[in-house]
Order: sequence, then structure tokens, then C-alpha cells
Amino acid sequence: MSTGDPVSGPPTLAVWKFASCDGCQLTLLDCEDELLTLAGQVRIAHFLEASSEVLPGPYDLSLVEGSISTPGDVQRIRRVREQSKVLITIGACATAGGIQALRNFGDAAEFRSVVYASPQYIDTLATSTAISAHVPVDFELRGCPIDKRQLIEVIGAFLVGRKPDIPDTSVCTECKRRGLTCVMVADGTPCLGPVTHAGCGALCPAVRRGCYGCFGPMSGANLPALIGQLHTCGMSPRAVDLVLSTFNAAAPGFARPETARPETVRPETVRPETA
Amino acid sequence: MTHRSRQLRVSALARVEGEGALSVIVEDGRVRDAQLQIYEPPRFFEAFLRGRQHTEVTDITSRICGICPVAYQTSAWLAIEDACGVTVSEPIAALRRLLYCGEWISSHALHIYMLHAPDFLGYPDVVALARDHRDLVERGLRLKKAGNAIMEVVGGRAIHPVNPRVGGFYRAPTKADLIPLAQQLRQALDDALATTGWVAGFEYPEVELEHELLAVREPGRYAIERGQVAAAGGLAFAPREFGEHVAEHQVPHSTALHATLDGRGYLTGPLARYTINSAELSPIAREAAAAAGLGPACRNPFRSIVVRAVEIVYAASEALRIIEEYERPEPASTDVLPVAGVGHGVSEAPRGLLYHRYQLAADGRIESATIIPPTSQNQAAIEADLRAVVAAHLDLDDAALTALCERTIRNYDPCISCAAHFLDLRVERR
Repeated sequence: MSTGDPVSGPPTLAVWKFASCDGCQLTLLDCEDELLTLAGQVRIAHFLEASSEVLPGPYDLSLVEGSISTPGDVQRIRRVREQSKVLITIGACATAGGIQALRNFGDAAEFRSVVYASPQYIDTLATSTAISAHVPVDFELRGCPIDKRQLIEVIGAFLVGRKPDIPDTSVCTECKRRGLTCVMVADGTPCLGPVTHAGCGALCPAVRRGCYGCFGPMSGANLPALIGQLHTCGMSPRAVDLVLSTFNAAAPGFARPETARPETVRPETVRPETA
Repeated sequence: MTHRSRQLRVSALARVEGEGALSVIVEDGRVRDAQLQIYEPPRFFEAFLRGRQHTEVTDITSRICGICPVAYQTSAWLAIEDACGVTVSEPIAALRRLLYCGEWISSHALHIYMLHAPDFLGYPDVVALARDHRDLVERGLRLKKAGNAIMEVVGGRAIHPVNPRVGGFYRAPTKADLIPLAQQLRQALDDALATTGWVAGFEYPEVELEHELLAVREPGRYAIERGQVAAAGGLAFAPREFGEHVAEHQVPHSTALHATLDGRGYLTGPLARYTINSAELSPIAREAAAAAGLGPACRNPFRSIVVRAVEIVYAASEALRIIEEYERPEPASTDVLPVAGVGHGVSEAPRGLLYHRYQLAADGRIESATIIPPTSQNQAAIEADLRAVVAAHLDLDDAALTALCERTIRNYDPCISCAAHFLDLRVERR
């Protein structure tokens, strides 16, 4: 990772938006205690939600929010990649296609006609896909939305040129560390904690709610074993299907072996030259 | 400027939430066209909500907007509880109002300090503003943090809160959980009063809007999280009658639909709320409004920043009142058993009135969903204002006129992410 260069000044930061709710880039503005310090260490060169000043690329660090869901965005993400030394995706949309990827399992043309009277005006792809399906990505930060402390960790790691300390473990590990009583064992509440990527700090168990998987699957999760446990907790097959079909519905780690979902169409991956 | 054609374009608007563009065409000294173009990709929430369970809807709709997730949760649970014939207890309702006050404080502080004030002071962004006025920006960040703190303590998370549910909350905070918030909110109230005094000193173009105004109204208090619908012109109706008065149309240049009220364009948001409900503000908010030079109504869109500041004063004072009188809801939520039927919900998102309608099957499956966000309701009014602003300032050069157009759009704090994501299942049937 690059940390800028004493001749050209501080490293430049760009924030890009694709199909999304704005919540992950808002997380950067929600770093009320760190924002002004950060602004002293990077040059915010492209962040439309926050600034009307736009500097030309290339950019040292690009944070990318949102999924690819239009033909124009397929082209735009390639240009972003070409201009970015380091590209980090932020959030479930950019990392897994987001909730709008539910269209991948339905009929996108029918979806469009439900919402719009004149669907011919609307230019959209049949799929919503992760940034990594289109260009190489240097790091993927999970969450719907991302966690503020993890965002600061990722940017801080970039600034000093080290690997971000973002453990690829389950929400259970955070839940245990907080000393929370397991909602599934103690209350029989269905919980996706055992298969969900850590990072939120076990927010749902802290309010006696089962995790609903907004950080997406951890690597190597044993989903079939958990599904058996969810059934034991009283969840119907339909309820299990629904809880796995939300913000990370298109993440391969949440695909159910027993449900025959149509294959997600992955657009051809393009590998532009990176600086 | 006669016999001359001018075209102003901003291909990507800055300091708004979401992706939009601006296009104005002037021919022979007349404004031929002014468009707020919304190219934010659609996400089809209303389509994929079909078939979901009624208890899941609030988690899904919050993802429509990261800036006002509580609004999207609130209008959704109101509509679903309406369909199922459930009324939550007053302690649950009070906790919901507290949560929503947090969103108002946070969202308004974001808009005032980070998106809007730089326009009045000639800075490109809040970072540049902080170089010259760090104390001011720190005050804004403190306010925003106080609003987020309410959402974290009551909602479990500032963006896409996890604790609220259809019927109430998973876990109601204890009074002891809320005490540190009260301390933070007393500082926030001081910061909000200072903010109101600060923005009252900005220079404002004199503009008066003629649009009809539409807001939620609740007798006895400034409506936020529930109520009936009222227009400044006197029209009043229940949320279930919304579809009889408001219609949406698709236009070629936008992925957001345009709305009309009984066939005419209208405006929702801070100006509408203030003009319709200013008599219901708390004494401290009324006093702040008067000191800032606001009368009982405000129809100058540039002054919406003052109204937002007054609304932060109100939300902070209201949050303090709710904490003071807090009774922990027991139980924290009411069971909402599914009933076949239709429900409607309206609440006041920071940007304006947000309407949801759901049709449920007997087992709680969503059969149809309609979501009408504030920005699509406001889009026609924003474009009308753009035309008026351009017509009144044709003497400006292109750069100055374009900047004025961008400011005109920012007055409305448009949430383009919200506006593009929906729209109307009813359209299909017409």
C-alpha cells in the first residue's frame, strides 16, 4: 500500500458511489472524533457527497460504495480502477451486490415493470454484482453498513502501509468477548452469528436479538450445520431462506445447497492495469 | 441575453445524498427547461418486498437510505401495524419518538454543517471550512454525534438500527442507559441554539414560494413519528387516504417518479413542517425561531437551513423531555399477528413526508408495497424553483448561475438515493 510521497503531499483519498443507500460513505462522515484528524493526513480529492471540489486522478486510495447494476456503471468502475492505486470496497453492496442483488434470483424486467410505468426509460442490468466481479479489489470491508472502527482501522493501515487488522472470524467470537449470553443456547432464538463475518461487535445479541447476517458470511462457515440448528429453533425452511436472502443474498457463502437458486450471472471480469 | 441560447449543465451534483445532475436550457432570454436529473440506479425495493414476511420489512426498508433509516423503519412499522390492527403502548411510542429525534439531530447537523453552510460561506466543503473555523465545525460534529448517540443507545446502531422491530423494540433501554444521553443532549441543546443564531446571520436571497405545502400533523406537538396529513391550504386527510390525493408520474429524465397533490405540484420537508406546525414547537424552539427572525410561516427555501436549526433545537428539547419522563416499556414490544389487509403509514423524514403502504396476505406475506419518499414528492417543486431562479438571474454569467442553481437544489437537501429506489406499485395498475 502507498502512503503518499513527501514531494507531492499527503496521499489522496477518493470516495465513489454506485448502487447503494449512502450509509457506508456516511460512516466516514460519522467518524466525528476522527474526521478532522483524518482530513489533515489525506487530501480528500473526490468525495461528491461531502465536497464540491473535485481533483483529477490518479488517487492513492479509493473507497468504493455500492454495487454494479447498470451498463454505465460497468464502464465507470473500470475507470475508477484505472485511476486508483489502492481500491477498497466498503459495505455489503460493493462486496456482495447488496439487497438489490435479489433481482439476480428474480426476473429483472418484471421487477422494473412493477416499479416503473415506462420501464424503457430505465437503464438497468439484470444483475447487481460486487465490485470484484468487474475489477480487481485490494480489500473488501464487510457490513450493512460497515463499522466505523473498522473503517478507521482500514484507512489507518493504508496510511502506514500495513495490512488491516480485520479478523475473518464469526460474530460469535465478538459476542463471547463481550460476555453476552448466547441467545440461541439460552433463549432458543435463531441466530446467524456462527456463520456471519465479525465486525459489528455483536450488536444484535446485545439487544437479545439473533444476528441477521448483515456482515455476510465468514470464510469457511459451516452453513448446513447452522441450518439444522435454525430448524431446531423452530424456523421453517422458508424462514431460513428469507433470513439468508437479504443484504448479502448473492454472497456464495450464504448460498443454500438444498435450494435450487438460479446461477448468478457473473459479468466477465476485466483486469485493467493498476498503478 | 436575447437571441442567445445557453445551456447549463452539472453532470454530478456535489453535497447531496445520491447521484443527480442538473440541466437548464435558456433560449431567447426564456427558460425553456430546467431539470433535476436523477440517474441514481434503481434498486427495486417495492418489487422484492413482495413475498417477504411482514416482520422483516423494517430491516429491509431501512436499507433504502443510510441517512434516514429510522424514517424508513417508522413509516413501515406504522403501515404494518395499521394493517394488523395493532396500536403500540405509549411508552413504546415515546421511545420511537426519541429514536426519531436522534435521526433528525444527526441528519440536520450533517446537512447544515457539511452540505449547506459551505454554500453560504463560500467554501467547497466542511474540511475547508474547518481550516478557518475549526470551533464551528467541531460544534457541528458534536451535534451530529449527539444525534447518533441516541440512535446507538435506543436503536443499537446509528445507521440501520437493529433494536427496533414491528411492534416495538427487542430490548428497551433502562432509565440508567439514557442518563448519559441526557447529559450529551444538554450540550447539544446549547449547540443547537448557537447554530440557530449562527445561520440566522447568513445572507438570504428574498424568495417566496407559492407551492402548496404538505406535512404530517399531530395535535399538541410538532409531528415527527406519526399523525395525520395536512396541507397549508387547509386540506387534511388520514394516511389511508394518501393515494386518493397524491399521484405519481414517471418522467423520462429521472429514475424517481414525480408526485402531485390533487393534480398540482407541492412541497414537503422543513418549510412545510414549520409553516403547518410551528405553533406546536416547544417554548425554547419557538423562542429560537423568533430570535432567528422566523415568523409563524417560512416560504423562503434558502432559509430552510434556519428551520433545520430550529428543528434541532426542538428535537434536542423533545429528546430531553422524553428521557425525563421515560417509563421503560414493559413488554418492549407488542405481538403483531398478521391479518389480511392493507395498511398505511406516514412520518416526517428529515427531508419530508414519507408514505408507505403494504398489502398483506393472511399469513403476513407482503403482496404489494408502495413507498413515496420526500424527494420524489419535491422534485417538481425543485424544478419549478430552478426555472424561477434562472429566470430572475439571467444577467449572471454561466458559472455564477450554475452555482446558484446548485444552491437552489441543496436548499431541499434532496436525498436522491431515496428517491430513485422505489416507487409505485400502483403505477402498474393504472
